Amino acid sequence: MTTENTSRKIVIPGEVIVEGGEYLPGEGTEKRGNSIVSLIYGLEEISNNLVKIIPLSGTYQPRRGNVVIGKVENVTFSGWVIDIETAESAFLPLIEVPRYVNKDALDEVMTVGDIVAAKIWNMNKRGIDLSIKSRGLGKIDDGLIIRINSNKVPRVIGKEGSMIKIIKDKTNCNITVGQNGLIWIKGEKIEDELFAKEAVLFVAENSFIFGLTEELTKWLDKNKK
Amino acid sequence: MTPKTKKSEEEFKRPDGRKVDETRPISAKVGVIPNADGSAMFSFGDTIAIAAVYGPKKMHPQHLQDPEKGTLRCNYNMLSFSVTERIKPGPSRRSTEISKITEWALEPVLMIDKYVNSVIDVHVHILQANASTRCAGINAAALALAHAGIPMKNLVSSVSIGKLDKQLVVDLNKKEEDWEEGEGATDIPVSLTPDGKITHIQLDGKISSKQLKEAVALAKEACKEIYKIQKNALKNSLGGK
Repeated sequence: MTTENTSRKIVIPGEVIVEGGEYLPGEGTEKRGNSIVSLIYGLEEISNNLVKIIPLSGTYQPRRGNVVIGKVENVTFSGWVIDIETAESAFLPLIEVPRYVNKDALDEVMTVGDIVAAKIWNMNKRGIDLSIKSRGLGKIDDGLIIRINSNKVPRVIGKEGSMIKIIKDKTNCNITVGQNGLIWIKGEKIEDELFAKEAVLFVAENSFIFGLTEELTKWLDKNKK
Repeated sequence: MTPKTKKSEEEFKRPDGRKVDETRPISAKVGVIPNADGSAMFSFGDTIAIAAVYGPKKMHPQHLQDPEKGTLRCNYNMLSFSVTERIKPGPSRRSTEISKITEWALEPVLMIDKYVNSVIDVHVHILQANASTRCAGINAAALALAHAGIPMKNLVSSVSIGKLDKQLVVDLNKKEEDWEEGEGATDIPVSLTPDGKITHIQLDGKISSKQLKEAVALAKEACKEIYKIQKNALKNSLGGK
């Protein structure tokens, strides 16, 4: 996220953000005549004439390329149906699994109720297609899964992953943040995992504080055992 | 019908001493229900409505799914203690009608075409009723939908216009709704977008077409005030869930 100007304005649906033909409508906006109008409730962001809105609330909106964490809902003959907490459920096809799978026994790889980290590689009218063909993706066997509001995910990750890196380093845990608000924490000891959980929840709860990175460092030093 | 002169307008006394074009004190707040994806409270004096939005989520049962566009489903309910005479809980003829009216008043501004096979649930509850409950409900629902991050062309503001005998007044309360002198009371709830487009209008009683136009003009004026309060409620909410 770019932060050239910290005092970003909250806009509401139907509100004119800027007037002038040189601006381009981005996500959450529309061009009406000569002005750019907001369609959703959120924070305005103008960079290089492109106007877009960062949503402040609401359910998770899936996007291509997002890493998400979901639960296997059903096993079909050609893949797995995965619930990623969106209106539409997502599908993980057999060919997107980078290992040998016995086609007669898909549930040996993953079965109903298993948790999986995956990437959205395609979205169309029919639904969402997932893939686990990247490092760090796949079935989750151990560790801790916690849930936060999906709108707070960008803050938990931080600028170029700065926030989550601090938590990872200080707690010795490996953390995978799903854009849908589910977070997987895996550490050596359960105490580390619980500490990482507290830290993530601290960031999510205080997401509106200015200078949160420093606050988090202070909090981590204070609570470290 | 004889047009009212300026003098007689000034003479007209409303039961609670308001001016003819004055609404009751309005307040609005968003984020009142932490569990919901979006929520809001809206009140006209003693009339208080709360709205909660859940979704977009998958429509169940499956045969109700619409593969062409998203569905808006409103549910209006008056709580049993909202009026002095306890009302029986559960759906009634009246609440079913108002639920449908709320949907129709809000649908024109929603941009939910891309949420195919999904439903957005809006639950409107009236905590306390003193007439104009459907208008308070629509105002609260519009705020809650915006708060839930649903794409909308604009907000919707709603107000009831009344005709007491021959006099037009803004935002009826219960006493005025039961007006019996002269021609009695006519109740006209109107919902408008901030650019003055009507999304919903109802009429219960008798009115000349000339006076109906005046009533709509009056509603436009009153909705400007309501829109300002709705806008402030959203802007001052700090965005937290």
